[in-house]
Amino acid sequence: MPDIKNYTLNFGPQHPAAHGVLRLVLEMDGEVIERADPHIGLLHRGTEKLAETKPYNQTIGYMDRLDYVSMMCNEHGYVLAIEKLLGVEIPERAQYIRVMFDEITRILNHLMWIGTHALDVGAMTMFLYAFREREDLMDMYEAVSGARMHAAYYRPGGVARDLPETMPQYLESRWRSKKEADRLNQNRQGSLLDFAEDFVRRFPGYVDEYETLLTDNRIWKQRTVDIGVVSPERAYQLGFTGPMLRGSGVEWDIRKKQPYEVYDRVDFDIPVGTNGDCYDRYLVRIEEMRQSNHIIKQCIDWLRGNPGLVLTDNHKVAPPRREEIKADMEGLIHHFKLFTEGYTLPPGEVYTAIEHPKGEFGVYLISDGANKPYRVKVRAPGFAHLSSMNEMAQGHMLADVVAIIGTQDIVFGEIDR
Amino acid sequence: MSNSTQQLADALRAAFVDKLEAVTVAYDEVNADVSAQNLIEVATGLRDDDAFRFEQLVDLSGVDYSQYGRVEWQTEDASRAGFCRGVEEGATMGRLQFGDELESLVNQGRRFAAVSHLISYSLNRRLRLRVFAADDDFPIVPTLTGVWASADWYEREAFDLFGILFSDHPDLRRILTDYGFVGHPFRKDFPLVGNVEMRYDPERERVVYEPVTIEPRVLVPRVKREDHRYLADEPDEAQN
Repeated sequence: MPDIKNYTLNFGPQHPAAHGVLRLVLEMDGEVIERADPHIGLLHRGTEKLAETKPYNQTIGYMDRLDYVSMMCNEHGYVLAIEKLLGVEIPERAQYIRVMFDEITRILNHLMWIGTHALDVGAMTMFLYAFREREDLMDMYEAVSGARMHAAYYRPGGVARDLPETMPQYLESRWRSKKEADRLNQNRQGSLLDFAEDFVRRFPGYVDEYETLLTDNRIWKQRTVDIGVVSPERAYQLGFTGPMLRGSGVEWDIRKKQPYEVYDRVDFDIPVGTNGDCYDRYLVRIEEMRQSNHIIKQCIDWLRGNPGLVLTDNHKVAPPRREEIKADMEGLIHHFKLFTEGYTLPPGEVYTAIEHPKGEFGVYLISDGANKPYRVKVRAPGFAHLSSMNEMAQGHMLADVVAIIGTQDIVFGEIDR
Repeated sequence: MSNSTQQLADALRAAFVDKLEAVTVAYDEVNADVSAQNLIEVATGLRDDDAFRFEQLVDLSGVDYSQYGRVEWQTEDASRAGFCRGVEEGATMGRLQFGDELESLVNQGRRFAAVSHLISYSLNRRLRLRVFAADDDFPIVPTLTGVWASADWYEREAFDLFGILFSDHPDLRRILTDYGFVGHPFRKDFPLVGNVEMRYDPERERVVYEPVTIEPRVLVPRVKREDHRYLADEPDEAQN
């Protein structure tokens, strides 16, 4: 019998289960992981350095591209940092819109996560289901910003524009018959809020469908229960935040504990796990989708009854309306100055954190008083999560690494920045 | 909140009398500067002391303060001479090119800092802990991996991007840049366009590195306005 020695296995960077460009160097003893060494940085674009060379507003678009499945939440963290330094008040309606879109984004992210996580573990149907619902949510993005993904919708001082009264329609074409187009347009006859309300009404049923497929599924449970167990103490040490931390049983949600915008005025619960394994984190995220749905409903109700400004009328920060630019000298000057030079921030350092779908998304902003940031550091939740890969994967089988990558909700846009 | 940040600042001053260089409160956040010698002692205290209980290191970031406050457009002279003549000549941050050197560095001796953000889940507090490296040419600070395990990758990142060394770090390798990368790209004297570009050379049948051909350009100059037009009342803190 020959001696079986440990060997090194290269996993990725081009592997469908690597969620992008993760390269893992695995030291294996048979099929058991002895050491996992993630190599990251293959998607490093230097976002933070680019931000240093641009006026503040021009970086909002880069923020979308960090975690490219929860775009608006990234923008939110960034604009909050600017607003904190500037000290601008943002209109209440804008705050509700932001909360609504943060929660839409959370569902969008969790759908992507559950689709790919289940697909990696072997459940093909979940992927198709999740992408069916993502379509509706991205239509909401499109209606409000014109872009299905990279919205650049949040601005310092509010949001770019008010919610539209009409939804974009499907058109009849060579590939889509009149009948088919009419069917797709059925729930798009009213405003964005009507469309969102229709979605909110349908969505709990969809989550039930996911749960029917997975929650009691024997294979799903075999693949996730007791895999990647993390105790609360280790979760603190490893820098876990968000669902990863809650899965380990820590009751912590920035939306509750350090509320921003109007989270202290909406009603929702924080789901918490008990065992800290992949299955608990799955349950936490499923419940988060239901809670987000509940928050969106409350925002819709409030937004219907309270029209108003969505962008601050402080024109030193936000541009004036088109009519004002045409009719008013001062409006024209404000517009010109904002779009050529931008606004300057007072010198100082701030750190703002929001409850991003993946965890704590923080922006550490240093201003030296100029119209560009001196330094922007993005604290990406996935970075800390991935750094625990070695500890989480040790002693597990090779196939469990895939489940762990799934449960960590890895997206390389934010990890590599 | 502001009450509790003030309390935290007072508690810090009381607990680490001569260990902390400065404790400041600004924008409802507490910032504590600590010297490299005292870092580990202070960090351990912050984690274990019942008055602080900072269980987690949320973030650690390198900062290069060497261009702090420098601008590319002197607004006062420029208003007479016009925009294009107002733009300063020479190498500034944005228009640095291959082989260029920055004209002047400010904050000498306090150029590099490793800034950590701590959070206490049990007491619901945050703290920024800033440690400056004493030597600009060989910036070295002690590692925090022994106190908070999450510091591991953050310190690797700070080393990779800023060249800050962390003594006793278990595995201080580059993390974000390419294998075999030269330089520390987030330093202010590293050009935005980079130093080298890469292409496949069909003759030599391998990938070759060459000096960059991109022209660095600045579309909007970095400018400071002293008036702070939009601020009702200015926050009570001077930076650095």
